[in-house]
Amino acid sequence: MMTTVQTASKKKGRKIGKSWTIHLFPIPALIIYGLFVLYPILAALSYSFYSFNGFSRESFVGFDNFVTLFTTEPYGSMFINAFKHNVLYFGLQMVAMNGLAFILAFIIYKKVKGAEFFKIAFFLPRLLSVIVVGFLWKLILNPNFGTLNILLGRLGLEELQRAWLGDPNTALVSIILVNCWFGLGFGVLIFLAGFQSIPGELIEAARLDGAKGMTMLRKIYLPLMVPSIMIMTVLTFIQSFEAFELVYAMQGSMGEPYYSTDTLAVFFYRLAFGSSTSGSSDALGVGSALAAVLFFFILICTMIFLKFTNKKEVEM
Amino acid sequence: MKNSSMWSKPFYYVIVFAVATISLYPIFLMFLSSFKTSAEIFKDPLGLPTKFTLDTYRTLMGKVPFDQYFMNSVIVSVTSVVLVVVFCSLAAYYIARFKFSWNNAIFFIFLLGMMIPIKLGIVPLFILMRDLGLINSLWSLIFMNIATGTPLTILILTGFFKTMPIELEEAARMDGAGNLRVLWSVLLPLMRPALGTVVIVNFISAWNDFFFPLIFITEKAKMTIPVGMLSLFGEHSADWGSLFAGLTLASLPMMILFFIASKQFMEGLTAGAVK
Repeated sequence: MMTTVQTASKKKGRKIGKSWTIHLFPIPALIIYGLFVLYPILAALSYSFYSFNGFSRESFVGFDNFVTLFTTEPYGSMFINAFKHNVLYFGLQMVAMNGLAFILAFIIYKKVKGAEFFKIAFFLPRLLSVIVVGFLWKLILNPNFGTLNILLGRLGLEELQRAWLGDPNTALVSIILVNCWFGLGFGVLIFLAGFQSIPGELIEAARLDGAKGMTMLRKIYLPLMVPSIMIMTVLTFIQSFEAFELVYAMQGSMGEPYYSTDTLAVFFYRLAFGSSTSGSSDALGVGSALAAVLFFFILICTMIFLKFTNKKEVEM
Repeated sequence: MKNSSMWSKPFYYVIVFAVATISLYPIFLMFLSSFKTSAEIFKDPLGLPTKFTLDTYRTLMGKVPFDQYFMNSVIVSVTSVVLVVVFCSLAAYYIARFKFSWNNAIFFIFLLGMMIPIKLGIVPLFILMRDLGLINSLWSLIFMNIATGTPLTILILTGFFKTMPIELEEAARMDGAGNLRVLWSVLLPLMRPALGTVVIVNFISAWNDFFFPLIFITEKAKMTIPVGMLSLFGEHSADWGSLFAGLTLASLPMMILFFIASKQFMEGLTAGAVK
């Protein structure tokens, strides 16, 4: 290895400062990144083809784990249930978080007074640890002493008071909205950067042509904002399908109540590290199959999003 | 245009004020409630504290070894940030400044990491850490922070190295400086903005990391603040005063750093996405 490296460096390396020691430079980063990112993800994919007994790998079983995941109960219905929640996670964040972030970024871009203050205000929650966010909102959403219900009571809206996290009908939506609260400011900054990169002459020209209001938005702003919209879509997508921490902090590893807040990553955690579903010895094999399915689902969807972005940019 | 701005400006302000209130109020409530006893919180959750007291913080310290969590978080975050910046500066310099045939491949392999949902590799990671004897060691967290921070750090630093004029280096090399010397005393001092960005990005994710300590750390003495919070809420969920105090203490260091350098924070966290 070293000799090929050296000859190549003689051929292609720059004349000044040429020395074999330069090839040591990327080594520490490559080793740590290779050992703790590349190796585990590849190993996880290979694990999906093996049976497990606890944490020890037993024998090669082909696609058995995948078959078990999709056809055996409770795995099959848990997968569908969690998958639906991830889809809602993505959809609701696209509308409630990214939609609002887009509007707020536009308003700041239009130069309101105190733009810097608003940017900081929207961004501040993003500095908290997700676990702090989860616990803080768990206290705020508490049915008896939580701030939200008390505020609703003071406003005379008693009929709206409920056990936000205890009711299967509101628990998941509550958690997703908490996630929106957390991530909103980040979206605002991304969209604001997008608006600010639009050339001023373009807007002037459109305005001189008499474009205004909705026409301006449809014909000028939206097409030019496609790159930042796609960035936020991809990031939100990945984050939605990896959603774990907030659910775990607020509703535990069972996605209380009755798996109504379960997500694929929480389901995966349960298979790998604990509680009822992992009692059986094949849990880790099935868990690895789930990880593989989720990995390729995220990867393929991300590729499609990115491909779509490139095409859009070419069209413009 | 004049017409629409007449009504749209006040409307704009209503929206941004309303959302800013929703963003800030819970954080304000967290700070405020940390100075109230649990009885006070239950009786008047929205009111100001009747008297200023740090009792909740004292109770908190008696319940959990918060100073220990804090020290562990500092050790993990600082070590991770220093090492990731050193290792990635070396690697990014190599990728950006030398034209070996495999450089693009190395760069691509590093960037791939931004798309890898690493949490899905947690089972092999757990086995690996166990075999390395790193379960309940802060090094498990440090290695994870370095490894997961590497892709974005390399992307940012490589981009920055490419913008630096090559003449700077050549002058130093004429004087006989080696690669390390050129990197350390010529290039890095000029890279403060990029270094600031990568320090902040890596520090935030290291400080707030919850997933890996949840899996790798079970001993109380080795916990960082986020997992420490988990045990606090698990064991003392009735004493809201000290819960709020715990949340406040967990968030305070990052808030203070943010107010010292808010611009760099906001630029830093969006740097990866915009590039």
